[in-house]
Amino acid sequence: MNVTRGFTGRPRVHNAGLPPGQYDAGDDWPVLSAEVTPDLAPADWTLRIDGLVAEPRTWDWEQAHALPASSYEGDIHCVTSWSKFGVRFGGVSLDTLLEAVRPDPAATHAVAYSHTGYTANLPLADLSGGRAWIVWEYDGRPLPAEHGGPARLIVPHLYFWKSTKWIAGIRILDHDEPGFWEQNGYHARGNPWEEQRYSGD
Amino acid sequence: MTETTTFVPPKTFVPPTAFVPPTRFAVPGRIAVNTSTATTWQTATLTEIRRETAHAATFRFAVPAWEGHLPGQHLMLRLTAGDGYVAQRHYSIASSPDDTGHIELTLDHVDGGEVSGWFHTVARPGDSVDVRGPLSGFFAWPGDRPALLVGAGSGVVPLMSMLRHHRARGLDVPLRLLVSARSPEELIYAPEYGDETTAVFTRAAPDGVPVGRMTAAHMAPLLAEQPPGGWEAYICGSNGFAEHASRLLVEAGQPVDRIRIERFG
Repeated sequence: MNVTRGFTGRPRVHNAGLPPGQYDAGDDWPVLSAEVTPDLAPADWTLRIDGLVAEPRTWDWEQAHALPASSYEGDIHCVTSWSKFGVRFGGVSLDTLLEAVRPDPAATHAVAYSHTGYTANLPLADLSGGRAWIVWEYDGRPLPAEHGGPARLIVPHLYFWKSTKWIAGIRILDHDEPGFWEQNGYHARGNPWEEQRYSGD
Repeated sequence: MTETTTFVPPKTFVPPTAFVPPTRFAVPGRIAVNTSTATTWQTATLTEIRRETAHAATFRFAVPAWEGHLPGQHLMLRLTAGDGYVAQRHYSIASSPDDTGHIELTLDHVDGGEVSGWFHTVARPGDSVDVRGPLSGFFAWPGDRPALLVGAGSGVVPLMSMLRHHRARGLDVPLRLLVSARSPEELIYAPEYGDETTAVFTRAAPDGVPVGRMTAAHMAPLLAEQPPGGWEAYICGSNGFAEHASRLLVEAGQPVDRIRIERFG
């Protein structure tokens, strides 16, 4: 450990919810996307799940909203080192959607993709078991476009780049396939508690 | 049981075809990131501090084992307190790749910023910090395509690395820079700009220069002089600026899938 002369850090209390190397962003919610924010109306939004599934399906806005509601309340962690505590998202559990399409037993991974073309790879296990949602509400209000509205994926136990904004679809695969940032040097899985930031961490 | 020997031809390795979603932005990174340099912390020794504006200064570091970067890339910087507490931040690299063994970062003094605060009030030549990188192959410009650069405030930092690279190598690929600052006093790198740059001032401007935010009128001439093959656009600044500038560019005709954005919040 290389101690930095004269550096003490800001006053802090021990926070068990803060993964290593992260800081509490407080009320801020930085926007980090590499593309132009799309002008996507709810009426034009669709979500498709296909690939290695028994019954590929596409939901539109109304069909998605007719599914049983589910919410996430907890923390989120960005690889750029901020974390945000106690956020509240509303939408539908990905388990509900996966039940409808019935993934093949050979399925192991998925690629989530946005209406802009951004991709992120995920082990299927990270998308099931109550660990992932498609959400359209933030703090009881419609999800803002710059944060992925009208709807985004959230996988809050992984770094937030995995939580694809403007979610358009999820393709189920029997192998892992690096997504956009993973091809650009970021970690294949991105567990904040293991500090899996970059490929090789 | 007899065993027959059958010639089995070696399996030809067929690389998996990446899934490309049916959308417009699917811009693959052009630049491979070296994962060993991206994950190895290196000691960077501060050799020089240059004031740029009242709020921004450039910090020059010697990093002997730095393997080089591409203009536009960033790194992760780490400060460690005596009790083991660490603070990590991403910063864009300001210097050109040809500045071998050295990198420069230009940092704004952020109100209450624990890392930028240390740099602006404590740091002095001889101090050392940890860095790893370069990172990300997306917001990177190797100098191969016409580049239209749009930045505001310290968002000009990675764009300056591109401009310096263009000059240092004497590249003839077209490059234009549109930079926004509150006032001439707050324009980072002001003495270095040339004919390729247009400055926009939002609060105070020299006599005869209008005051106001970037508009469609700033974009129009740049897109009118579109080079063969079109511009590759790079936008860097606060999220509010990035949203505004990217909308202007799209409205002026720049294809959405040829705009790369680096935002800081």
